[in-house]
Amino acid sequence: MDTIKTFIRKSRIKSPWLLHFDCGSCNGCDIEVLACLTPVYDIERFGIINVGNPKHADLLLVTGTVNHRNKKVLGNLAEQMPEPKIVVALGSCGLSGGVFREAYNVIGGVDKIIPVDVYVPGCPPKPEAIIDGVVTGLAKFAQKKGDTS
Amino acid sequence: MIRGAILVTIGVVVAPLLGGLIAGVDRRLTAWFQSRYGPPVWQPFFDVMKLFGKEKLVVNGWQVFCAYIYITAAMLSVVLFFLQSDLLLILFVQAVGAIFLVIGAFSATSPYSQVGANRELIQILTYEPLIILAFVGIYLVTGSFKISQVLLQTKPLLASLPLLYIALCYALTIKLRKSPFDFSTSHHAHQELVKGFLTEYSGPYLALVEIGHWYEVVLILGLCSLFWATSWIGIIVLVGLTYLCEILIDNTMARMTWRWMLGYVWTIGLAMSFVNLIWLHGR
Repeated sequence: MDTIKTFIRKSRIKSPWLLHFDCGSCNGCDIEVLACLTPVYDIERFGIINVGNPKHADLLLVTGTVNHRNKKVLGNLAEQMPEPKIVVALGSCGLSGGVFREAYNVIGGVDKIIPVDVYVPGCPPKPEAIIDGVVTGLAKFAQKKGDTS
Repeated sequence: MIRGAILVTIGVVVAPLLGGLIAGVDRRLTAWFQSRYGPPVWQPFFDVMKLFGKEKLVVNGWQVFCAYIYITAAMLSVVLFFLQSDLLLILFVQAVGAIFLVIGAFSATSPYSQVGANRELIQILTYEPLIILAFVGIYLVTGSFKISQVLLQTKPLLASLPLLYIALCYALTIKLRKSPFDFSTSHHAHQELVKGFLTEYSGPYLALVEIGHWYEVVLILGLCSLFWATSWIGIIVLVGLTYLCEILIDNTMARMTWRWMLGYVWTIGLAMSFVNLIWLHGR
């Protein structure tokens, strides 16, 4: 049984499926996220697939500020993802609300609503920084308690 | 008896390993066509093992039952194929699995799942007649629906059933969920229905569906191999070329609509099948 558990843990690092949620971002971070999928960076070579379905995702990548309108959507998406999962907050806005943090409708960073595992600063972060953040998250992802471990 | 046991073992154990490897090679080649590096060839096994370690988020019990029936039927059809059983029996067992997968998608109330299931039903409706007609062609040449009779042939079936083979390739493209027929669900591309009829299957149950899909890929490629079953080189060349063509078609075609698929595949596919059958009859 131990070998199976070890293999599942190894598989988690090798095959994280990514769900990207634009939580009211200016699109700067989103363009950088999509740049990771282009032939230049090609994150599929690490087994990362950009999925559109929270039920199949392991990694939630959130960009932009959280406001009173989209906090329910964000919470809902995170809730629909099966355990184990990790959340990566991207860009200044995702971390703290950025330049919009004083605005009347803005709650702040992603961690005000859901627990965040990795913070990737930058406005916007470079694709290299995003990949680095995701890889940092993978180490946590492998160690998280799932159904079988 | 021992030979039968070995064949069953090959069907149950080797077939999914082969199917997973084919899926990995497929992803690698697709990446190469798009001038990317691509994941390692054993990536599909990592995906499935990871899914087995995920939480069981179940929409309803019926869906779990359907996932198990699907993989059982797919496994059984491959085992029957390796035991050189009846072609029609294999088709019906496979069809039961395919229908249960759709019923599982219908059992969830999600509109993505529902529309995807409707589209999958139309896909099944489109490819089943083509496969049955291919079997009728095999019957007219060999005088039997038994695979063991097909293997006794001295001339490759492809020589007398060329058009039926092309029609079977249409069925293969639909069954592999390749473009232009990938509208009920698609492997990795984003699409308008999120993930089509697989939207509500998640975690270990998605892994079961994926393994079942590997069995089906092996089954259909096995059916293709019957058309040149006289030599091993013939089987490898024919199946290899066919699968390469599938990947090429997948990468060069856009996703079309179900109306186009039904009209195109039925007119071209059925016309080619009937021309081939009439030619066989009049020969």
